[in-house]
Amino acid sequence: MKLMLHVAPGIVRRPIVSSVILETKALINIERAKVDAVSGEIVVDVEPERCSEVKAAFEARGVRVVLLENPIIKDDEECVHCGACISICPTGTFHFKGTEVVADAGKCVQCGTCVTACPQRALRLILK
Amino acid sequence: MSEINERIRDGSVRVVTAEEMPDLVDELGTDGAVREVDVVTTGTFGAMCSSGLFLNTGHSDPPIKISRAWLNNVEAYGGVAAVDLFLGATQPSEDRGDEYGGAHVMEDLVSGREVELRAQGAVTDCYPRSDLETTLRLEDFNQAIMVNPRNSYQRYAAATNSTERTLHTYMGTLLPRCGNVSYSGAGSLSPIPNDPDFEYIGVGARIFLGGAQGHIIGSGTQHLPQSGFATLMVKGDLKEMSAEFLRAATFQDYGPSLYVGLGVPIPVLNEGIAEKTAVRDRDIVTEIIDYGVPRRDRPTVRRVNYEQLYSGAVEIDGVEVRASALSSRHVARKVASALGDSIRRGEFLLSAPVEPLPAKGRNSPMKQTKEFLLVRDVMSTEVATAREEISIQEASAMIVGGPFDHLPVVSEEGRLIGMVTAWDVSKAVASGKTSHISEMMTRKVFIASPDEPMELAARKLHHHKISALPVVDKDHRVVGMVTSDHLSRLYGRRGSL
Repeated sequence: MKLMLHVAPGIVRRPIVSSVILETKALINIERAKVDAVSGEIVVDVEPERCSEVKAAFEARGVRVVLLENPIIKDDEECVHCGACISICPTGTFHFKGTEVVADAGKCVQCGTCVTACPQRALRLILK
Repeated sequence: MSEINERIRDGSVRVVTAEEMPDLVDELGTDGAVREVDVVTTGTFGAMCSSGLFLNTGHSDPPIKISRAWLNNVEAYGGVAAVDLFLGATQPSEDRGDEYGGAHVMEDLVSGREVELRAQGAVTDCYPRSDLETTLRLEDFNQAIMVNPRNSYQRYAAATNSTERTLHTYMGTLLPRCGNVSYSGAGSLSPIPNDPDFEYIGVGARIFLGGAQGHIIGSGTQHLPQSGFATLMVKGDLKEMSAEFLRAATFQDYGPSLYVGLGVPIPVLNEGIAEKTAVRDRDIVTEIIDYGVPRRDRPTVRRVNYEQLYSGAVEIDGVEVRASALSSRHVARKVASALGDSIRRGEFLLSAPVEPLPAKGRNSPMKQTKEFLLVRDVMSTEVATAREEISIQEASAMIVGGPFDHLPVVSEEGRLIGMVTAWDVSKAVASGKTSHISEMMTRKVFIASPDEPMELAARKLHHHKISALPVVDKDHRVVGMVTSDHLSRLYGRRGSL
């Protein structure tokens, strides 16, 4: 399952991810990270059964954690099922089912590449 | 043809889609297929930038001779008589840029929404009015005739990108290092590949256009059938079209375009036509072109057929690369089946073309009579490069002793791996921490190639707010440098001439 970590200015220089890994010994995969001088936004993938434990460990360190349940919304009125989103997605969120494009939202890491690649502007990130 | 139209009228016509035809011909043979099938329907739904709309607004009181006009702030050409306008699909709006353009005005009209017309007039004795604003719906126009100069390409090259940066093109987002392949076209459903010798496709042939009945009015611009790139010029009444088959789109950092649903019914008059309409995805071949080369003649990466493209991945230099379309196969099938349905209902009759499309066309490069500068014409070729092991002292000495504030850093093989600026050096000295340039160099370096137009290099400098671009060859070796100083010198010189 994917967690979005919002790391606040005061703690962004601390080795938060590694300390959570050491504490929980959970396998954590960093899918996307954007860290600058003042804050950080990190998407991690965690095995489902360890998810709540890992979430709590991040929260104990002052990180705001959002479970990415439905990270991307496809407007089916606008979508013409061209498939432009398929080959540019780093995590393989979209695929054809017959001739229709369907999303496996659980794979999305909210990088936003598909939002601008969609000619019909049918995709939207749900930002929390 | 008249026998087929007779069967359309009495409801006994037999119609299949171009996707169903190959199996039928395999099963029945071409002679059997001619006996069993009257019409094969084709369909395509993709971005067709070369589309536009003639609008007649009716005369105002007092009357105006419109010289310039805007529909929802998208400029339409007003230089046709007094109240005829031509709106192009790719024209961006003046307030919302690429996110709204001519194509969006068309979709708004077809969807029954109001549009704001603003016009300026050339004041004459017969047309005294100088400006005008009004709100109009599709039904308020006398005519709204779609005339598309180039639609329904016989085939279109697929795109990839060998450079190190993401490109945003009319072929969609192209990831760096050939990270994806983007293609367009409806494969075996495409109209022209089913009638490549123009036995039905010709001037006056009735077609499906945007959900309505339209006509082929001739060959399209850039029609080049001798190379497999035939195109169609088509016309239809926007008032009868539907938003299901006419959709506005925006290609990021390129602009607006219009997705057009177009289908041609092909009468199976003889065994030759039966055989041609049995074309399969694997029989339709196109090239994958490298859009990383910003010139007219882009290199071909490989040839590929539509069966391979539709599989979702193609091999480039031994690597599986994901491929996806910009055109919609889903809606192309809907076009072919909607066309079939209207033929079966007796609403759509075939019309014999008055003449076939020309078998030869022309798509020559532009004759350019003014100077056209490439990066190689402008760049400095004497560029010092450094290895990443050198110290800050050595780097600062090189910068001070050379003509640039930038020092490209190269690997042992001479490939560009980073860049150090005078600013980086000062920062490192001020902090007192860093000792080698490998720790402070920028690794994500924007580059130029010797063969790209100077305009493009200027755009990169401006877009990324940088002052220099190392120029690298195809092996990523530094062969020069272009800087904002080169640009100022160019314009300075031009100004003094």
